[in-house]
Amino acid sequence: MEAIINLLSWLFLLSGGLFCITGMIGLIRFPDLFTRLHGASVTDTLGAGFIVIGLILQSGFTLVTAKLIIIMGLILLTSPVATHALAQAALHAGILPKLDNDETGGHIAGEDE
Amino acid sequence: MMFTVALIAVLISLVLAMVRAIIGPTMFDRVLAVNSTATLAVLSLALIGFVAGRPEFLDIAILYTLLNLIGTLAVLRYFHPNEN
Amino acid sequence: MIYFFSAVVVTYLFWIILSGHYTVVLMIIGAISSISVVIIASRMAAIDREGHPIYLLIRAGWYWPWLIWQIIKSGLNVSRIILSRSLPISPTLINVKANQKTVVGIVTYANSITLTPGTISVEIEDRDITVHAITLEGALDVQSGEMDRMVVKFEGLSSA
Repeated sequence: MEAIINLLSWLFLLSGGLFCITGMIGLIRFPDLFTRLHGASVTDTLGAGFIVIGLILQSGFTLVTAKLIIIMGLILLTSPVATHALAQAALHAGILPKLDNDETGGHIAGEDE
Repeated sequence: MMFTVALIAVLISLVLAMVRAIIGPTMFDRVLAVNSTATLAVLSLALIGFVAGRPEFLDIAILYTLLNLIGTLAVLRYFHPNEN
Repeated sequence: MIYFFSAVVVTYLFWIILSGHYTVVLMIIGAISSISVVIIASRMAAIDREGHPIYLLIRAGWYWPWLIWQIIKSGLNVSRIILSRSLPISPTLINVKANQKTVVGIVTYANSITLTPGTISVEIEDRDITVHAITLEGALDVQSGEMDRMVVKFEGLSSA
C-alpha cells in the first residue's frame, strides 16, 4: 500500500513539474500576448493541480491536506480573474491579438466607442 | 527525494518565467510573467515545506496566493480606461 | 440571515484549519474574530445571496468534476501544441452568448472559459462574451455551447 502511494505521488509530482515547465516553455515560444496567456494557464491549472495532488497523497488525512486543498481552491478561483483582467486591460490599451480567424465580424463586445 | 525533483522542475520553470519577464516586449507580458512567477512561488513554498518537514510554510503559501491576486489587479487597475 | 450564519461557519472553519491549536482561549478568539469579520462584511452589504452563494455548493458536486475533466482534456491538448515543433496554432476571436439568468451564473461561465487552457474570455458586455481561443477547434468547441448548458444547469432554476 505504502509503495503504491509512493509510486502514485512520484507520478503526480513528476508530471506536475513537467506541466509547469511546459507552460513556461509556451510562455517563451508563443508569438503574442494573448497566446502566451494560454501557456501560463497550463501552469496554473495542470501544473499546480498535479503537484498539489502529489503532496496530498504524501500527507494523508491531516490538517496539511486541508491547507493544500485551500491553496488549490484559491489558485483555481484567482487565476482566471487575473487572466481575464490582464487580457481586458491589454485590449483596452490597444494591444490587438494576432489572429488567423476573426469570427467576431470586427465587433468586440464592449468596444462601442 | 521526490519533493526535491519536483522543486527542481518548479525552479526551472521559474527561470523561464523570469526570462519572459526580462525580454517581454510590452508591459503586459511582464505582468503575466510576474503573475506566473507568483503561482510558481506558491508551489515552491509548499514543496520547500515538505522537503524541510515543516508544514508551516503552507500558511505563507496561502497568504501569497491572496496577495498575488491583489497585486496583479492593483497593477492592472492603473491601465483601466474608465477609472474615476 | 441564513447567509450570515453560513458565512460565520465558513470563516470559523477557515480559522480552525489555519490555526491547528484547539485550546479554549484560541477557539473563543476565533469565534469572536469570525463573527466580527462577518458583521463588518454585512455592513458593506457583501453578505447576501449573490455575495455568498452557499446554495451552489450542492450542485457544485457534479459541476466541478466535469469542469476538472474539461481542464485536463484541453490542458493536454495545449501542452501538445506547445511541445510540437511546428507550433500549430490558429488564434481565433469569437463572440458567444451567455444564457445564464443571474450575474453569478455569467461570472461562473466566463471564469470556466478562462480556466480551461486554450480559451480565454477577453471581454464581457451584458451577455456577449468575446473569447480568444488558441485553435479554431477550441473556438468552435466553445461555440457549440456544451459548457453554457452545463453552467445553466449548475445555476439552477431556483435562482430565477
